[in-house]
Amino acid sequence: MSAFLKEIKTQFMITIVLLLLCGLVYPLLLTGISQLFFPSQANGSLIVENGHAVGSELIGQDFSDHRFMKNRPSAVNYNTYTQEEKDGGDYTGVSSGSKNFAPTNPDLTERVTADIMKFTAVNPTINKEDIPADLLTSSGSGLDPHISPKSAAIQIPALVQSTGLSREILENIVKKNTQNKLLGIFGEETVNVLKVNLEIAKVLRLSGQHAD
Amino acid sequence: MLQILIFLAVFVVIIFPMGKYMYHITASQHTFADPIFDRVDNVIYRLCSIDRKGMQWKQYAMAMLTTNAIMVLIGYLILRIQTVPFFNPNSIGGMEPVLSFNTVISFITNTDLQHYSGESGLSYLSQMLVITFMMFTSSATGFSVAAAVIRGFAAKTKTVGNFYADIIRITTRVFLPLSLAIGLLLVSQGVVQNLSPNTTVQTIEGKYQDLSMGPVAALESIKHLGTNGGGFFGANSTAPFENPNVLTNMIEMLSMMILPGSVVVMFGLMVRSRGKSSEKDMERKRLFSREAKPVFAVMFFLLVIGIAVCFWAEQAGNPALQQVGLNQSMGSMEGKEMRFGIAQSALFTTVTTAFTTGSINNMHDTLTPIGGMVALVNMMLNLVFGGKGVGLINMLMYVILTVFICGLMVGRTPEYLAKKIEGREMKLTALAIIIHPLLILSFSALAIALPAGLAGISNPGPHGFTQVLYEFSSASANNGSGFEGLGDNTYFWNITTGLAMFFGRYLSMIIMLAVAGSLMLKRPVSESIGTLKTDTGTFTIVLFMVIIIIAALTFFPALILGPITEHMVLWN
Repeated sequence: MSAFLKEIKTQFMITIVLLLLCGLVYPLLLTGISQLFFPSQANGSLIVENGHAVGSELIGQDFSDHRFMKNRPSAVNYNTYTQEEKDGGDYTGVSSGSKNFAPTNPDLTERVTADIMKFTAVNPTINKEDIPADLLTSSGSGLDPHISPKSAAIQIPALVQSTGLSREILENIVKKNTQNKLLGIFGEETVNVLKVNLEIAKVLRLSGQHAD
Repeated sequence: MLQILIFLAVFVVIIFPMGKYMYHITASQHTFADPIFDRVDNVIYRLCSIDRKGMQWKQYAMAMLTTNAIMVLIGYLILRIQTVPFFNPNSIGGMEPVLSFNTVISFITNTDLQHYSGESGLSYLSQMLVITFMMFTSSATGFSVAAAVIRGFAAKTKTVGNFYADIIRITTRVFLPLSLAIGLLLVSQGVVQNLSPNTTVQTIEGKYQDLSMGPVAALESIKHLGTNGGGFFGANSTAPFENPNVLTNMIEMLSMMILPGSVVVMFGLMVRSRGKSSEKDMERKRLFSREAKPVFAVMFFLLVIGIAVCFWAEQAGNPALQQVGLNQSMGSMEGKEMRFGIAQSALFTTVTTAFTTGSINNMHDTLTPIGGMVALVNMMLNLVFGGKGVGLINMLMYVILTVFICGLMVGRTPEYLAKKIEGREMKLTALAIIIHPLLILSFSALAIALPAGLAGISNPGPHGFTQVLYEFSSASANNGSGFEGLGDNTYFWNITTGLAMFFGRYLSMIIMLAVAGSLMLKRPVSESIGTLKTDTGTFTIVLFMVIIIIAALTFFPALILGPITEHMVLWN
């Protein structure tokens, strides 16, 4: 009996030691080191303008103004909301994910069909066959900040109209915010939509307009 | 694809030094880091009054089970009281009992099936003290059992080792230092690591955006190193704060591959020839010890096929979207992140299901039928490297089965590693092999027979069936990924998957410990001209065929009803 109790005590102590070591010491130690060496990254890579954080360079945002470039559709609307939406219960708190539509799900084809109509209405010069697939499919996280360079390029004619900026300026902004493949091999070429729009806002002197 | 080939080459290169290091730890041999770790370990041994005497397999299994049970109890308590204002800046409430049951079982069994969403379901306290803690201990438990089984097969010692010493040594010497280093690397790339409440920013359009925060990197590194797979956020490694760019994507994949890969190398080193000394010298010069070769070859071949098929299927796109006018030359992008694209997504999907991690960098529910089937088949086989240790154990069951079948064909008593395989071992092995399909298929049948099961299905047609099949394959294989559309936070799903995870984990572990324990006690038979060699190309091919035939026989009908029918419908 005492051998049995001794065994249980050992097991209990192992649990407590590992609990403190792996569950407390380790994460707190990593937090300390991270805050010391990589404070910006560890706190969400926030983009600060005029003293206010306007977003994170890693997380996309939902844009409704026609002068801004559009992101991919998101099941969680990029956790972006207006005060009314929050008060009205349309925004229930921060989340992530997708609608998980199977390729055969009719809801998926319905959503894409509707989005194609919407897109061609705003971008009348674009043939629907030329729309790249990423622009009208939702990402897994619902927070993807990127679109493909092609998806950025086909939005430019409409942006020229709505912003009044020249094609060159817009193309330059896109180019500046295009990330190449890692070492030219790994991953994909991407355009960060939030950064593009921040720059458009800067050129149009829109930023600060909503600052409180 | 060049990026995939380079990636696989890196994997093959890194597992050799790591496998050697793991071998030294498991066999209690000298390593360069001993001066530090010996001290740390000794303090822990004394604190917990661990005497490191060897155990018989029954004692080992018992120690493993009761220790895990105590961990489950404490984890459950913390989940229930997580509402306390301690490391809880977002004021998360307590978790209800059935979901808590499912969650602790899920994490202690290394499955990490999540029926909650991290952002709204767990406080930082639970994320650290339950999730991160169990990620360490469940992977250390899996590794310890594998070490014990290999010791039994190698039969160079009289016992299978000491569970307490095993679990401590692997945690302090491998998991903690590696997690810290990889965690820091991830932070440098943008994975968040803080204890602040969620941040609200005002966008340039005047709207608001909430950004989730938390100690993510600490969880993220052990999540992959320990082939756990449960995400800090609901969207797992698709979320940019868990997996911000292609570099972190590859770090996370390599993290989950390195230990299961190394265990195969370690196995080879532990069972290597005990023949003449000249033979031993030759062995030492070889990259791979002989007995590990067929095991590695079959695993690697299955992995490569999986990657190729998944990539091809996803690249082909979705004909249903093509039909409504969306160009599919980019491939099937629904549910995938732009920064990863088709190649890195297909690679991640195959790797995470082969190595039974279960983290995701794209939504598996949105995969094309054949792409999703690759993930499904990986979990059904549960031996394409598998979780660290456990995959190797499963592969050894098939090795024994193959030896047995070959023995029958040539009319000799089957032998493996100079030990006779007899009735007792064969019965246990057959039982272990049958448990996995039995759990998957009978629970799936139950789910589609009951309204409570059917209620969870979110996609119409054959895909709905695949959702059910996937959930139980994932639970039983202790993978943890899901076709996440499934509405699974209900009594029915929490309880059934909880049971599938529990039995899927512990039954096969205990049975294999029993096989190892019984092999260890046998007198070694000397090699003769009639001995079936288990390190040849022929044996590798036979092993491969046995795996394919057994898997095909058991799972083919279910696969026809799910993904294959869906593929036919889609491409009609």
